[in-house]
Amino acid sequence: MSVKHALLALLEQEPMYGYQLRAEFERRTGTAWPLNVGQVYTTLTRLERDGLAVAGGEDGEGHLVYRITDDGRAEVASWFTTPVARTQPPRDELAIKLALAVTVPGVDVDTVIQQQRSATMAALQDYTRLKRRAAEAADGAERADLAWSLVLDSLVFGAEAEIRWLDHCEARLRRAAVEQGRAAARPPAAAPRPVGEAPARGAR
Amino acid sequence: MNAVLQLTDVTRVHGTGAGEVHALRGISFAAHAGELVAVMGPSGSGKSTLLTIAGGLDQPTSGAVRVEGTDLVGLGQQERARMRRTSIGYVFQGLNLIPALTAAENVALPRELDGMSVRTAREEALQALEEVGIADLAERFPDDMSGGQQQRVAIARAVVGERRLILADEPTGALDTETGEGILGLLRARCDAGAAGVLVTHEARHAAWADRVVFLRDGVVVDETGTDRVEVLTERADA
Ligand SMILES: Nc1ncnc2c1ncn2[C@@H]1O[C@H](COP(=O)(O)OP(=O)(O)O)[C@@H](O)[C@H]1O
Ligand SMILES: [Mg+2]
Repeated sequence: MSVKHALLALLEQEPMYGYQLRAEFERRTGTAWPLNVGQVYTTLTRLERDGLAVAGGEDGEGHLVYRITDDGRAEVASWFTTPVARTQPPRDELAIKLALAVTVPGVDVDTVIQQQRSATMAALQDYTRLKRRAAEAADGAERADLAWSLVLDSLVFGAEAEIRWLDHCEARLRRAAVEQGRAAARPPAAAPRPVGEAPARGAR
Repeated sequence: MNAVLQLTDVTRVHGTGAGEVHALRGISFAAHAGELVAVMGPSGSGKSTLLTIAGGLDQPTSGAVRVEGTDLVGLGQQERARMRRTSIGYVFQGLNLIPALTAAENVALPRELDGMSVRTAREEALQALEEVGIADLAERFPDDMSGGQQQRVAIARAVVGERRLILADEPTGALDTETGEGILGLLRARCDAGAAGVLVTHEARHAAWADRVVFLRDGVVVDETGTDRVEVLTERADA
């Protein structure tokens, strides 16, 4: 996730100081990706170094307030109009794990799949509970509530897709096992085997 | 904690000899008051068999089935049918509405069969239709309703008369996601009000409405998610 661009996008709205940025970020995205304040300040320092934001003096209470530059505005505009690259490390790790599980001898793939399915299902239950709670609490008018609920939707869709993929993997592995079993039991198709001869082992 | 539904070591074998199919191979399963349990599993894993046995529509080959403490297996046909009309609400995979009856008549029917006066049964039916948000469609026939509306009638028929156990087999099957979530909300609300619910579904996002998700494979429970009862209750009390 690009903390840099997220903070710039917030600064585009109005000048803010570190704690304020963190609070705004979490108000809009919920607690799905908590930011620590150290991360916020390191990022602000880098934004200043790259000329995308400037520290514009202190507010009445001594907070160092940052504001966006023209280069910063251009950077935000280009971030919003550039698609996010299709890389999703958590999903990739699962795909890699399964690929290895089906090829490394002695791994119980069914159990690997089922454990992941339960874990992802439990997460999906949590997201659903949060969604219900948010729907009950909010009047729906607040823009930030809508933003948070969209973030939750994204997590729901992601978990759902992962479970569907696990179901698919399981079904394909089962089918492959059945076909292998059949191939092993089937005599070769060509020459009919003379009665009394030992059954040939079919190979694919 | 008393279970509204308790299956103990239930098996169900169809056919005999070489054609024998073991639909359930020793399943123990409970649903408590206030709890919605989802059952997931590939096609043929035994989900519908589990539900029909829980609802007294089918008999196990061995094992015990208790609904509110009453042993369904030991009951005579008459009493079992009575349990089905009074304690158990069933939402079928197909809709099973009677086309010649209006929505209100469909919902009132099980109550009338149970000996209730036509008038009282109708009052209860209207209340149930109101609960599922279609009070204004009471006089419509099933053919004049959308799939989602028909499904709401089926849910109303399953919950009418304060039934304590609601069993639903793929109740969101043919519905779009949004409409399906509405149906889930109704089941959830019924369980929050104290009923025990069992929901069979292949959609993860629908199963996620449940307190627990049970996974079936080849007639056995292979895994289960979810908080245990105590946590579920505290959380609900906090909310
Ligand atoms: N009446 C029946 N006669 C023979 N086999 C049956 C009957 N009903 C179900 N089965 C078999 O029992 C197994 C479980 O079926 P079912 O409970 O319908 O599964 P699910 O609902 O999970 O798809 C399947 O193999 C099915 O073919
Ligand atoms: Mg079924």
